[in-house]
Amino acid sequence: MSDPHDHTTPPSDAELRTKALETLLIEKGLVNSQALNALIDTYENKVGPRNGATVVAKAWCDSNYLDWLRSDATGAIGSLGFTGRQGEHMKIVENTDSIHNLVVCTLCSCYPWTVLGLPPVWYKSAPYRARAVSDPRGVLAEFGAIVAEKTNIRVWDSTAEMRYLVIPQRPVGTENFSQTELANLVTRNSMIGVERDLQVTGDKT
Amino acid sequence: MNGGHDLGGVDGLGPINPEPEALESVFHHEWEKRAFALTLACGFWGQWNLDESRHARERQHPADYLKNTYYENWLQGLETLLAEKRLLEDENIQKLSSKCISADSVGDILSRGGPVNMPTDTTPAFHPGDDVKVMNNHITGHTRVPRYCAGRIGFIEAVQGFHVFPDANALGQRTGQYLYSVRISAQELWGRDSHSVYVDLWQPHLTSVRKS
Repeated sequence: MSDPHDHTTPPSDAELRTKALETLLIEKGLVNSQALNALIDTYENKVGPRNGATVVAKAWCDSNYLDWLRSDATGAIGSLGFTGRQGEHMKIVENTDSIHNLVVCTLCSCYPWTVLGLPPVWYKSAPYRARAVSDPRGVLAEFGAIVAEKTNIRVWDSTAEMRYLVIPQRPVGTENFSQTELANLVTRNSMIGVERDLQVTGDKT
Repeated sequence: MNGGHDLGGVDGLGPINPEPEALESVFHHEWEKRAFALTLACGFWGQWNLDESRHARERQHPADYLKNTYYENWLQGLETLLAEKRLLEDENIQKLSSKCISADSVGDILSRGGPVNMPTDTTPAFHPGDDVKVMNNHITGHTRVPRYCAGRIGFIEAVQGFHVFPDANALGQRTGQYLYSVRISAQELWGRDSHSVYVDLWQPHLTSVRKS
């Protein structure tokens, strides 16, 4: 969605307040306009779910790396250059045939920025935050993921500074895929846990 | 405090209506980008910590918190902190201008982040497998104990380390406490269903439960 100024709708209250605050802070020399642009550019264009997909694909291909993720996810993820804000204390949670993991932050919107970027709107929304802990199967169904009754669902409420990355299951039929090709199969939603079965795309069989 | 932000288990909020992943942009309005970046840039002055900033958003009237969009809540929180700490008054402006970050330093600051683990010479009171009860004390200040688990019994899944304690940190006191991953069953929480919820909780919020 864009935010066109078509001269018929007045700017929103939030837009006016933001503009006023930015103007004041720049005038007083307290924030730098180029620094603001750099912050936005980082999370619009540089840090996003491709980082997480790289971690997942490497975990699928390299059992030593997976072991490292299990014992020190922060270090293992940091070794790929993904460090810093909202990823200071990382943990992986692995899906198996009998376990499905789902991540939420019921109190705000804690999310592993270093590997997934900024959270999507739905992750920050009241209905997701409310129901992920009380009705995860219903939430998953709303995303189109049907999880078998016998599958145990583990919901991780990010109430501290621990940040959780779901390692989805590697799709069958991908034995010949390169790590890069595998990473291309990994969706952001699967690394939050609202998607379970990754789709194999491309002509690799 | 169990304000409008404490949403775990609340009914009646309607469908989630997620945008398809492939079509969703990071920001949805230009002003959201600016509000996001302003919040981070002002945070880098070091005049408040993460928990104070969360608490500033949580303290809104629940009706406002729920009505606002996400970045409206961020903007509200930022305005609250700037006003309460009188940071835009003349004597503070001069002090802060030396803390204004440049575009060149953004990458370093973000990739360093702000770890919250602290050194300690104490040992954790609880160990994996221990049954614990979440204290039923409904703290009225900032806390990271969701109301849905107050008074509930679970067990220690893991010791997560010795981390800054948010309840004190929101008051400007950076002290550490042991942090645990606590597993609580859906039966215990909601009286139905078979899933488990893992909540990260600090030692002062937990009491031991004698195994029967």
